[in-house]
Amino acid sequence: MKNKLKNKMKKVNNILIVGLGGQGVLLASDVISMAAFKSGYDIKKSEVHGMSQRGGSVTTHVRFGSKIYSPLIKRGKADFILTLKNSEIERVKDFLSSDGKVIGVPEGFLDKLENKKTLNIAMIGILSKFLDISSKIWEEVIKETVPSKFQQLNLEAFEIGREGEFFIG
Amino acid sequence: MGASFAGARTLVAMKHVGVNVAADPFMTLSYTGIKGGLVLVSADDPAMHSSQNEQDNRHYAKMAKIPMLEPSDSQEAKDLVSKALEISERFDTPVLLRITTRIAHSEGRVKLYKRIENNRDYKFDKNPQKFVMIPAYARKRHAFVEDRLKKIKKYAENSELNKIELFSKDIGIITSGISYQYSKEVMPDASFLKLGMSYPLCRRKIYDFAKTVKRIFVIEEGDRFLENHIRAMGIELEAKLDELLLGELNIEKVESILYKKKYVKPKEIGRVSPPKMCTGCPHRGVFYILNRLKFTVTGDIGCYTLAVLPPLNSIDTCVCMGASIGNAIGLSKVIPEEDNKKVVAVIGDSTFIHSGITPLIDAVYNNSNITVIILDNETTAMTGGQDHPGTGITLKGNKTKALDFKKLCKAIGVSSVKTVDPYNLDEVKAAILRAKEVNGVSVVISKRKCILIDKESIKRPLKIDEEKCKICDMCIKLGCPAIIKVSEDEMGSIGKEKSIKKDKEKEKKKEKNKSKSENKSKNKSKDMPPVIDENLCTGCGLCEQVCKFDVIIPT
Repeated sequence: MKNKLKNKMKKVNNILIVGLGGQGVLLASDVISMAAFKSGYDIKKSEVHGMSQRGGSVTTHVRFGSKIYSPLIKRGKADFILTLKNSEIERVKDFLSSDGKVIGVPEGFLDKLENKKTLNIAMIGILSKFLDISSKIWEEVIKETVPSKFQQLNLEAFEIGREGEFFIG
Repeated sequence: MGASFAGARTLVAMKHVGVNVAADPFMTLSYTGIKGGLVLVSADDPAMHSSQNEQDNRHYAKMAKIPMLEPSDSQEAKDLVSKALEISERFDTPVLLRITTRIAHSEGRVKLYKRIENNRDYKFDKNPQKFVMIPAYARKRHAFVEDRLKKIKKYAENSELNKIELFSKDIGIITSGISYQYSKEVMPDASFLKLGMSYPLCRRKIYDFAKTVKRIFVIEEGDRFLENHIRAMGIELEAKLDELLLGELNIEKVESILYKKKYVKPKEIGRVSPPKMCTGCPHRGVFYILNRLKFTVTGDIGCYTLAVLPPLNSIDTCVCMGASIGNAIGLSKVIPEEDNKKVVAVIGDSTFIHSGITPLIDAVYNNSNITVIILDNETTAMTGGQDHPGTGITLKGNKTKALDFKKLCKAIGVSSVKTVDPYNLDEVKAAILRAKEVNGVSVVISKRKCILIDKESIKRPLKIDEEKCKICDMCIKLGCPAIIKVSEDEMGSIGKEKSIKKDKEKEKKKEKNKSKSENKSKNKSKDMPPVIDENLCTGCGLCEQVCKFDVIIPT
């Protein structure tokens, strides 16, 4: 199952990350970009936000592959939409490519987490199964990105996402 | 400027509208020239992600007759700074490094090079003919500026900043900045003339490039800056639609230009959640009172501009930093006295320091009859909580003298200054009404730390006693994100949406977009008391104060 789902490495990976201000969308995109960077890809990351601290919609575009020009993803070309708030999918769904995947927060997923603030990293755990980036690199990047006192909590959250079997639409 | 005059290499960065404020020294700096290299980084904001207009600052380079460089990605953003400093010193000119949102708000791979230390002695050498712009000297410097521009034009012709990439003989694209990346994405096989220096233009190179390709497109974000210059050279360009002058460029828009397809603006699907004042925001109390009093409020630039949105609906003008006070002065001069009794200006602490002090002096000097509320949350909240002269800490984190707003207002000659705690609604209301009775200029300072930097003032969350709640929805009128009408499930903030819609000021557009699920929940929640999300509530107590039935109690 896992192998089947695993995306074959292709030229450009387009990942759109959405959520609300304060949920950690920017941190999530930092982690994904850094992991892609460390894996040797060319990478561009860009945020589309106004006042992200104030609870408004936040979107980030992450693109990596052998050579990246535009930092923004074209509509209809996102391989993945990763969301931290399922209600935010609606406004970006036209970015999804015909064979793209929406990775939404699975039902009951929040209850599995010791701390709800680790949702962003846990969701990256789910996404990580589809990307050609090693576990070692994910771990390294999470350790470098999150504050040290939350490191263990976040690594555990990542595992919960990575190990779980979730239905991905 | 002073640092550069003493020989230091200097970089100053601001948004597009910041350059408007700096335009006065900037225009004359072109005349004086520099000593240490000087670069002005201007970040334009097409699409206005967080700005009040989308002006194209490339015009400033032309107006000031100085060179302009435009990086197209993170690597170039770094590399072009040293290039700009070099050009600045070579030609005795400030240099504009112009970026847009997509360069400022993106990251990518950047190769670092070995740092070169410069061991200069910083010293100011007197040279009045260069640094003192009295008319007699400035006239000579203007001649210098014109001559300098000619030299820079020559430089532009041979500079490797302007690169030709020859591929297709059919299509040639002249472009600069982020537009290059979008164009490359859309048509990698086209021929490109990528302008790293987009003012002054390398005319000969452009003519040469034009000869090598059949059709030429100019791809640029913002105004027809390159296009007008190149058309004026007599070169025929492919047309671009006016509607593409609006907003940020993207791949779809570039496709529509290059493939001559009609650009279809994406349909707005789903609702973009608007930002809101945070739970526990000290501004909320002030705007709740202003809304209740039905005042006219001249606003300013800051988080509190969010009070324009329902349910607070209490900002009536917002133009630029400091305009709140200027607008209040203007209104007070012309509207009937009775109406003026219901006008106040609101301005945040950092914005007041930036641009509010001079209009306040004007108000006192010219015997204006206005009330100003300084919303002092002891930080620059909107841009991420930077310190400012009022906080007593420098941007580098060192202790410094703190500006005392009360003493400042007194020194200016303000008739009455009253400091209030915005968590106390009665106090706020009384102070505003009293201030409006004052003849002359009155100031109310609403003082409380921004909740984002003052975690200590977060108290136990409150809850609503559902049994006793009369569902009057007064608490909803506070626009607090923690108070919701129906339980907020994973499917979104339906409750908030509904409560906003209930407000008299509701927007018809939103009504149209109402989805079925919202309708369902609307019916369901019709007679349900609001609930307080205890994960969000900071226990500020405003809702407790507005509840007439005392049903809001500690958890």
